[in-house]
Amino acid sequence: MPISRADVEHVARLARLALTDEELDRFQAQLSVILEEADKITRLPTEGVPPTAHPLPRVNAWRDDVPGPCLTREEALSTAPEIEQDRFKVPRIIEEAP
Amino acid sequence: MTAAVAEEVGARRYETVIGIETHCELGTATKMFCACPTTFGAEPNTQVCPVCLGEPGSLPVANGRAVEFAARIGLALHCRIAERSQFHRKNYFYPDMPKNYQISQYDEPLCVGGWLDVDVEGELRRIGITRVHLEEDTGKSLHVGATGRIHGADYSLVDYNRAGIPLVEIVSEPDLRTADEARAYAEELRAVLVALGVSDAKLEEGSMRFDVNVSIRPVGHAEFGTKVELKNLNSLRSLHRAVAYEAERQRRVLAEGGKLTQETRHWDEGAGRTEPMRSKEFATDYRYFPEPDLVPIEATASWVDGLRAELPELPAEQRARLAEATGLPAKEVGWLVRDPEVLAYFQTVLGRGAGRDPKVVAGWVMGQLQHDLREFGHTMASSPVGPERLGELLDLLAAGTVSATAAKDVLAEMFNSEASPATIVERKGLAQISDTGELEAVVERVVAANPDLADKFRGGKRGVLGAMVGQVMRETRGRANPKLVSDLLERAIGG
Repeated sequence: MPISRADVEHVARLARLALTDEELDRFQAQLSVILEEADKITRLPTEGVPPTAHPLPRVNAWRDDVPGPCLTREEALSTAPEIEQDRFKVPRIIEEAP
Repeated sequence: MTAAVAEEVGARRYETVIGIETHCELGTATKMFCACPTTFGAEPNTQVCPVCLGEPGSLPVANGRAVEFAARIGLALHCRIAERSQFHRKNYFYPDMPKNYQISQYDEPLCVGGWLDVDVEGELRRIGITRVHLEEDTGKSLHVGATGRIHGADYSLVDYNRAGIPLVEIVSEPDLRTADEARAYAEELRAVLVALGVSDAKLEEGSMRFDVNVSIRPVGHAEFGTKVELKNLNSLRSLHRAVAYEAERQRRVLAEGGKLTQETRHWDEGAGRTEPMRSKEFATDYRYFPEPDLVPIEATASWVDGLRAELPELPAEQRARLAEATGLPAKEVGWLVRDPEVLAYFQTVLGRGAGRDPKVVAGWVMGQLQHDLREFGHTMASSPVGPERLGELLDLLAAGTVSATAAKDVLAEMFNSEASPATIVERKGLAQISDTGELEAVVERVVAANPDLADKFRGGKRGVLGAMVGQVMRETRGRANPKLVSDLLERAIGG
């Protein structure tokens, strides 16, 4: 398979996904199918074709530097699981040293 | 460490190699990718919207003015503006980044390959600029716990007002060699940003901060030593101290036969030392990929030429012109140029009146005026004493109408009165006494009260005259003409 189980575990960890053994097997197979398709494209002759990150032929889609409306604080905080001092309360960022 | 070892690892054997990544918030009215305002000090989470909160389905639109500001910085630093550049997503998880990625630039930055000339103790050093790119700032965390710091915190509280404020990252080549050079570079860069009008570059408000790479290598070696990154230094003083400490620490580790590890260290300002940061939570696998929601930036030659033509006078040019025009010493010129408001004020005072002495004007603008601004809680911008008024006062001083001592009183009064300096002098009876008759009585009194000083003066100790002039000045509430007092005293003592 084009992707190893270790790579799937690594990618899952970077994405903060806790996967079961069964899920790791399933995603390894599925990701491999996707990568095989991508591999076909890499085999095409692309010399002279500039790398394309965007399908649109547009550049410089800019906005004027003029302030617009914001959310109210109540609206902004309405999706927060926990609030304290008008701020989003988040769990401890760095765990204590062992 | 023995003296011999200290000698061996002294500055003669190793040199320090320093590169600086400077982050600076741009002074735009709105954020990088949404229309939220950027006002500093607003109530928490009141300058946020679905885009900068990373709500699903929201879409960023780049701030054209921020792109222009970044290009101006690049041009002022002699960079090439890339014909085509684009934004990338830098993926990592951290609570101050609500999207779980930061929109930044990666392998196609806006500006590449420039330089900045830095004056280090009178010697010009050309420091290479690798690149200047655009990105967005993160939110601000408040760590709650016994320490008040991220380590040992129980939990954190996040305010996203700052998330999404446009930021430029300016990366220098590893061309700096000493802590002094590092500080001089940061100072000059700050002056350039301020002169360009693209940022207030206020270190104390966190709008400018530095990440510094420090390594050491034997003198003459081409390859670099093991690099240590010092993160998030937020004052010129911290920058200087941290670099000096870290270079010395690395020398000591090698002298003691140890090995250096490539790591990120944190500068502890209170303790005056660097400490390793626990880094396992900062996976450096950012999986950059082109930001699909933002189209590329294309810099046409005409756009770039237009921006270049509009560049203001930069600090180096300002200093050269000012030194030439005023004859002021380099140090004072440097002070004037550091703050555009001070410079503009100085130039207005000098320009609005004929025959004003640059040295006197500079002395008052940088000295007593700054003192009084602090005293009365004002800034240059809010100063109730405008350059016209200060100029009038200095004219009174030059004409001998007031003494320097009385002029200070008049200036202080001008902070609380809209009256002209001349009116204040008249109203408060501060006009300088240049009338011989009026002063002679005071002079005689002072001489009579200080027979010992008079004797010393006659005995050749001419320095004691100053103390007696001081007494006359006090008795006349600073109104006496010091030069005249001095002459009268000499005559009265008969030395």
